[in-house]
Amino acid sequence: MEMITDILVKNGLVFAFVTVGVVMWLSYQLSDRLSAGRLHGSAVAIIIGLVLAWIGGIATGGSRGLADVPLFTGIGLMGGAMLRDLAIVSTAYGVDIREIRKAGAAGIAALALGIVMSFVVGALVAAAFGYTDAVSMATIGGGAATYIVGPVTGTALGASSEVIALSVAAGLLKAVLVMIGTPFVAPLIGLNNPKSAMAYGGLMGTTSGVAGGLAATDKRLVPYGAMTATFYTGLGCLLGPSVMYLALLAITGG
Amino acid sequence: MIIYGVAALAACHLAGVILGDLLGIILGVQSNVGGVGFAMLLLIVVTDWLRRTGRLPALSEQGILFWSAMYIPIVVAMAAQQNVVAALAGGPIAIIAGVGATAVCMALVPVVARIGGQDEPLPPLMAQEA
Repeated sequence: MEMITDILVKNGLVFAFVTVGVVMWLSYQLSDRLSAGRLHGSAVAIIIGLVLAWIGGIATGGSRGLADVPLFTGIGLMGGAMLRDLAIVSTAYGVDIREIRKAGAAGIAALALGIVMSFVVGALVAAAFGYTDAVSMATIGGGAATYIVGPVTGTALGASSEVIALSVAAGLLKAVLVMIGTPFVAPLIGLNNPKSAMAYGGLMGTTSGVAGGLAATDKRLVPYGAMTATFYTGLGCLLGPSVMYLALLAITGG
Repeated sequence: MIIYGVAALAACHLAGVILGDLLGIILGVQSNVGGVGFAMLLLIVVTDWLRRTGRLPALSEQGILFWSAMYIPIVVAMAAQQNVVAALAGGPIAIIAGVGATAVCMALVPVVARIGGQDEPLPPLMAQEA
């Protein structure tokens, strides 16, 4: 037994392929049998992935979900930023450049609106709970954008670690919600063509959320959503400690 | 050879990420700005040129399509390593801020997607295509 777990740990990435393969198979079976294909198999797989991440987090107390369990470290490599971004880039193969040009204006508007609205919502919630200083409001607002914008903004402005932790939690929750929620809201918001996917990526911003959410909705929309979402975190980090903070400072008066 | 396709994809990925990092430095941000987006544009332009000049045989193409097909399993592995415990443990501020920002931005999608005229939905997907 020890010998087998040893081999599985040593061949982490290979074992991850087996694990994810089993999860995919199970998900498509569940999707077919229980929902008659209405809830897409990939949506089920992503939900199972998140549940496994939750179990891993509870079991180890770590921050990388299932990947903190020694047997499943390969999941960390397979689903890490490196291979994830390579796979996202590959989905652009065969994309029609005219679609992107056509949706360019909508994509830029989506980015600006998405970042500003997230900051506004986050800052309002922060103020409602008694965090009325501009630094805390900007940090939690950044977290409502993505879980990277929050801590980058907070660190730049010198926010307390408690506020930074809150901003990370808000951003993580957004990523999880977008992953699970996208297939359900897609019919309501007309998310069924390249242009609306580019608007969606720019408005939501969380690359992991958009990547997972669009995969669960319609894989053909992935490159368009990812294209705009990839600019979001960088722009958020640019605007957060500067424009957004100064605007909040002007409103709160310091 | 399949590796040519994989290599082209990987080179575009790296070039894009380097470009995004440079842009981040120029803008004075501690983050990559649009690296993956630049990589995608590069891949689209480069493969389009290779195909038109007949330098992208079907076998090389397979090297790119493989990774594209691995996309969903990779996303599932990504989901399995999210810090879900921390996401749920943030208390009411984090929950209301996270849910609120998500809901508001989702509601804005139809508004923004209308800029420059509405688009037709994609044709329905074949059962096994996904």
